[in-house]
Amino acid sequence: MQGNEACAEAAILAGCRYFAGYPITPATEIAETLAKRMPEVGGVFIQMEDEIASITSVIGASWAGAKAMTATSGPGFSLMQEGIGLAVMTETPCVIVDVQRLGPCQGFATLPMQGDVMQARWGSHGDSRSNIVLAPSSPQEMFNLTIEAFNLAERFRTPAIVLSDEIVAHMRERVIIPQLDALKIENRRKPVAPTEDFRFHELSGWDVTPMPALGSGYKLNIVGHLRTEEGRVNIPSQNVPQLALKLLTHLSNKITAGEWEAKKIKTLFAEDSRTMLISYGSTSRTVESAVKEARKAGMKVGCARLVTLWPFPEEQLQTILEDVDNVIVVEMNLGQIVDKVREVVGRSTRVMHVPKVGDLHTTEELLDCIKKVAT
Amino acid sequence: MSHPLMKYLREDWMPTVLCAGCGDGTVLQCMLRAVENKNIDIDQVAIIAGIGCHARLGTGYIAADSMWPLHGRALPIATGIKLVNPNLHVVVLTGDGDCGSIGLSHFVHAARRNIGVLTLCFNNGIYGMTGGQVAPTTPKGTITKTTPYGSLEYPLDLCSLAETAGASYVARWTTAHPKQLTRSIEKAFEKKGFAFIEAVTQCPTYFGRYTLETTRASDILRWFLRNSISIEQSKKLNPTELGGKIIIGEFVDTQKPELAEQYQAQSKLKK
Amino acid sequence: MTETVLEQKVVVVSRLCKGCAICVDFCPMKVLEMSNSTKSIPILKNAQKCTKCAVCEIMCPDFAIFVVK
Repeated sequence: MQGNEACAEAAILAGCRYFAGYPITPATEIAETLAKRMPEVGGVFIQMEDEIASITSVIGASWAGAKAMTATSGPGFSLMQEGIGLAVMTETPCVIVDVQRLGPCQGFATLPMQGDVMQARWGSHGDSRSNIVLAPSSPQEMFNLTIEAFNLAERFRTPAIVLSDEIVAHMRERVIIPQLDALKIENRRKPVAPTEDFRFHELSGWDVTPMPALGSGYKLNIVGHLRTEEGRVNIPSQNVPQLALKLLTHLSNKITAGEWEAKKIKTLFAEDSRTMLISYGSTSRTVESAVKEARKAGMKVGCARLVTLWPFPEEQLQTILEDVDNVIVVEMNLGQIVDKVREVVGRSTRVMHVPKVGDLHTTEELLDCIKKVAT
Repeated sequence: MSHPLMKYLREDWMPTVLCAGCGDGTVLQCMLRAVENKNIDIDQVAIIAGIGCHARLGTGYIAADSMWPLHGRALPIATGIKLVNPNLHVVVLTGDGDCGSIGLSHFVHAARRNIGVLTLCFNNGIYGMTGGQVAPTTPKGTITKTTPYGSLEYPLDLCSLAETAGASYVARWTTAHPKQLTRSIEKAFEKKGFAFIEAVTQCPTYFGRYTLETTRASDILRWFLRNSISIEQSKKLNPTELGGKIIIGEFVDTQKPELAEQYQAQSKLKK
Repeated sequence: MTETVLEQKVVVVSRLCKGCAICVDFCPMKVLEMSNSTKSIPILKNAQKCTKCAVCEIMCPDFAIFVVK
């Protein structure tokens, strides 16, 4: 199954019943698959006029009660940033698939890159840092992580981004689809309190407020603006700093609560390695090959693959890299996660990165790097 | 004793932040009157506002499900809502800038798709919320904050655009014609497809000052009355005579398959 | 509350009134005028002539005046 097709099938199994998108290489297959499949499962597919219309209609659909998704690549992802910020500010569950390609701008549509990593967290203005970002490295993970993205979006009432790339999206590999009853599917909490008692805007610290659907009698006041806990937007200026800090803190803190499967960093030979290769997404495939080769040659090398990029798994990574002398960060960009890695490791650990774009690092290239640093 | 329409409003949140004499409140009253007259269940109405003076009405004054999202993007949001729950009355409150500028593409496509959304456009010919800049509907030659030497651009006819794009119902009235406006909104609620109603409304603070050198709402309303002509009358005038006139009436009133309904019908065959 | 019932014809809710005077200017029978008080609100200057046509109610942008049913 193709990565994109696996993503589409996973969305349906996760309960997604609304997809809006705009054709863009290399994500178009997700839209085409869902165009066929949605009517079969009683869902909705629509090709909107652009990516802005796509993400905003997804937000509308989510408030009407549906699990909703869109899929795009870099140029479309840039257009969607205001919309993603709206989803954050209104705490709207939704899934956005970004199949990264070479950029910036039009770049090269059919070649891969991992250039949107920082954008996936920081893309929307105004200190919006509530996106959960997952990085699949295979069609199987395109499947698994799409399901997980929906679950996390519903749990935290936040946008969840499946940060794929052209390689993972277009490759074909065996995908095991579990039986329906074996799948763990989460749905947003709906309020049980009678309509008069339900405090829609109340910020209960780290908790996530239940989310009613439009048309269920709650007289909802859903705003992309700062609001009081009563839902009012006309706020005296002197009250704004405290209120805004409370709201923004809630929005960013809520996604750091609890554990989930994709938060676990996948390691290989980490226990006794003095040199570790860090990667995520498609680059991980050749990283693993290189590490296995290096091990055969007797080098104490290992690798760690991040699956959840944001919120960044600092503590986990710190533990893994505790007694490591050399870290090689392998990303298909000029270096984005590498700075986060530097933050996390000790002063004496040497961190280097191997910039490459448009194609995977070859096993030979990586072995060369390893040989330069590994003892 | 309460205003007969107060049951649809959060009275303790009022008065609204809009200026004294702003016609937007009159348009809102027409809309709520239509809801009342047609016995529409307000809890089955979803109101999506844009950004601008008009949109302030969608920030909680109306005691109904409402959204106050992004500038120009109310229509795609409304489209998503209608497709998922076609039973809701989906109403978009937009403005001449929200609809005619940043949201123009979405406006044309929503009309083209004939999605069952009632779009109420508050056209005051100016960007009021941001302090009086030129709008796509501001008459040519007007001096505004961003056209200090006079606007050089030709104003957009939103009704004509809605008609060309394929809307099922298109009408224009002014706040000096509240009864006709109310009746149009009533009709629009019963329409299945895309209904676009342009309500020309007075902005005493900016438009009034810039165009008529007045800040008295009634002066602008009287100007609306003097310059409004019916569609039939407009057909008898040449382009020069039409300059400065506000053509009011119902431009389009048809029935054609609506998108959400069509999609459901098509999908039934695939299940 | 801040309502003033004027001669069983119209009710003025002074808290909501912004003093725009549309009601005064558009009353077909010219029965309203703006008061001279600090907050100028509509008052009836000729209650007899009021026909409860409700133009004031319909034109008011702020739901601040309505006819007595």
